[in-house]
Amino acid sequence: MSRIRLREIAHGRSGDKGDAANIGIIANDQNGYEIIEKQLTAEKVKKHFEGICHGKVERYELPNIRALNFLLHNTLGGGGTVSLKHDAQGKTLAAALLRIELEVD
Amino acid sequence: MKEKIRIASGQGFWGDLIDAPYHQVIKGDIDYLVMDYLAEVTMSILQKQKNRNPNLGYATDLIDLMKRILPITSKKGIKVITNGGGVNPVACADAILEAAMNLDIVKLDVAVVLGDDIKDCLDEIIEKGCDLNNMETGEPISLVKDKLLSANVYFGAMPIVEALKRGADIVITGRTTDTGLTLAPMIYEFGWNQNDYDLMAAGTVAGHILECGAQSTGGNFLGDWESIENFAEIGFPIAEAYPNGEVIITKHENTGGIVTFETVAEQLVYEIGDPKEYITPDCVADFTSIKLEEVGKDSVKVYNVKGKPETEFYKVSCSYKDGYSATGTLTYSWPQALTKARKADRILRKRLQNLGLQFDEIRSEFVGYNATHENLAPELDEDKINEIVLRFSVRAKDRNTVNRFGQEMAPLILTGPPSVTGFASGRPKPKDVVAYWPALIPKNLVTPKVKILELK
Repeated sequence: MSRIRLREIAHGRSGDKGDAANIGIIANDQNGYEIIEKQLTAEKVKKHFEGICHGKVERYELPNIRALNFLLHNTLGGGGTVSLKHDAQGKTLAAALLRIELEVD
Repeated sequence: MKEKIRIASGQGFWGDLIDAPYHQVIKGDIDYLVMDYLAEVTMSILQKQKNRNPNLGYATDLIDLMKRILPITSKKGIKVITNGGGVNPVACADAILEAAMNLDIVKLDVAVVLGDDIKDCLDEIIEKGCDLNNMETGEPISLVKDKLLSANVYFGAMPIVEALKRGADIVITGRTTDTGLTLAPMIYEFGWNQNDYDLMAAGTVAGHILECGAQSTGGNFLGDWESIENFAEIGFPIAEAYPNGEVIITKHENTGGIVTFETVAEQLVYEIGDPKEYITPDCVADFTSIKLEEVGKDSVKVYNVKGKPETEFYKVSCSYKDGYSATGTLTYSWPQALTKARKADRILRKRLQNLGLQFDEIRSEFVGYNATHENLAPELDEDKINEIVLRFSVRAKDRNTVNRFGQEMAPLILTGPPSVTGFASGRPKPKDVVAYWPALIPKNLVTPKVKILELK
């Protein structure tokens, strides 16, 4: 077993849906998808964004394109033009999730 | 029936590359040019402009663009579809027709899609039993009704299809879904039945891939972005659509960027919720059914898309004024850049407290350290930090409170930590905060109207 960063096996894109952020993560290959499908749970993502995501995290699977989609509720400081955040639209949150560590054989 | 049609995306938002639509019409063959100009914040800005001048309220950049491309689109028979009509599609169409006359174009039918603006008939709609409660929080619209700046229904592809059937060369809409702009020409050209939900979903997915411009051709690509060539001349996406619902995503030859499984997949997951329930006025598309296949250089086939019937509702987006905000920045240099910026933040908070000012929110961020990833940013060796920008923002209901904060930012230069600069742009000014009120309205309470305006 060794630990790797999600960045080594996946990429993604994030954006806003009101005060929720969405993070789509796409594995580079099928093997990578099996790893994220198993390990990148909603609970793990919620813990990773502790202090940033103040609501629940929902996870959805898109196996045809080797992707997982996460919805992080109550995350963007009110969203839209209400938010005082520099990244009010959550554009950099996909990169922030790529920091997370996973275990591989 | 045409064997295939090529639909080109020209703008991902109002403010996107000005030359992108021009390049789409000159660098290769296309049948349709579609352009999305409307973000939620755009509608409130356009409404304010229309309030000041009844001839404004649309994407004015569009007129300069049309002057440039009309001689080419008229000659090549390229049709243009855009939601750049904002809150005043008729004024937008009139300006385009005037531009066409000055260019000596002899025939041009411009269609406008109306009926999405429901701001002036809200009482009537509420009387008919539609509560317009906030679809996210459940709160009643009475909370914000007196502060509303705009209220618009999102129409789908069908009003545009009607405009094309009536011979429009250019279709100008107000609030229309981004995906409807791309789906409409497919329905029109291939005679698709609007109850064939797999086809509606196929066109909707193509629209989603096109709606953010170059985000599907290598822009903002988080994969191997350094391998992407020629960002400077990045090609915007083109959907080559076939009657059976298959779509090839591509771009013109000899343009920059790249179209691969990865670049298209990233755009597919952009700003979606439950992928099985991608709801539009035209259908509910199932994004988990989508298959992608690279079929050539910069060519990705999108196929196997499944859809379900549309819902009985349109989405309504209202905007309302919700107080004021302001943001100021100061730049601190090595040594101890982060320590100085943090100290300045504490001093400023204390001064605002001493003034007795009441804010709804105060937020400080340290650009160069944690403004994007917040507490996920690892502690830095401070000797290696060359500079840090303190970004300090406040929000309050009262304009004077926000304005008073603006007067406290610059004094920090002479009354706080040293080696600080970056205050050339003056005091932070209060800006209107515009908030959104999403709601649903039964489809039978609003009717889209299509009007054709001809050259005189």
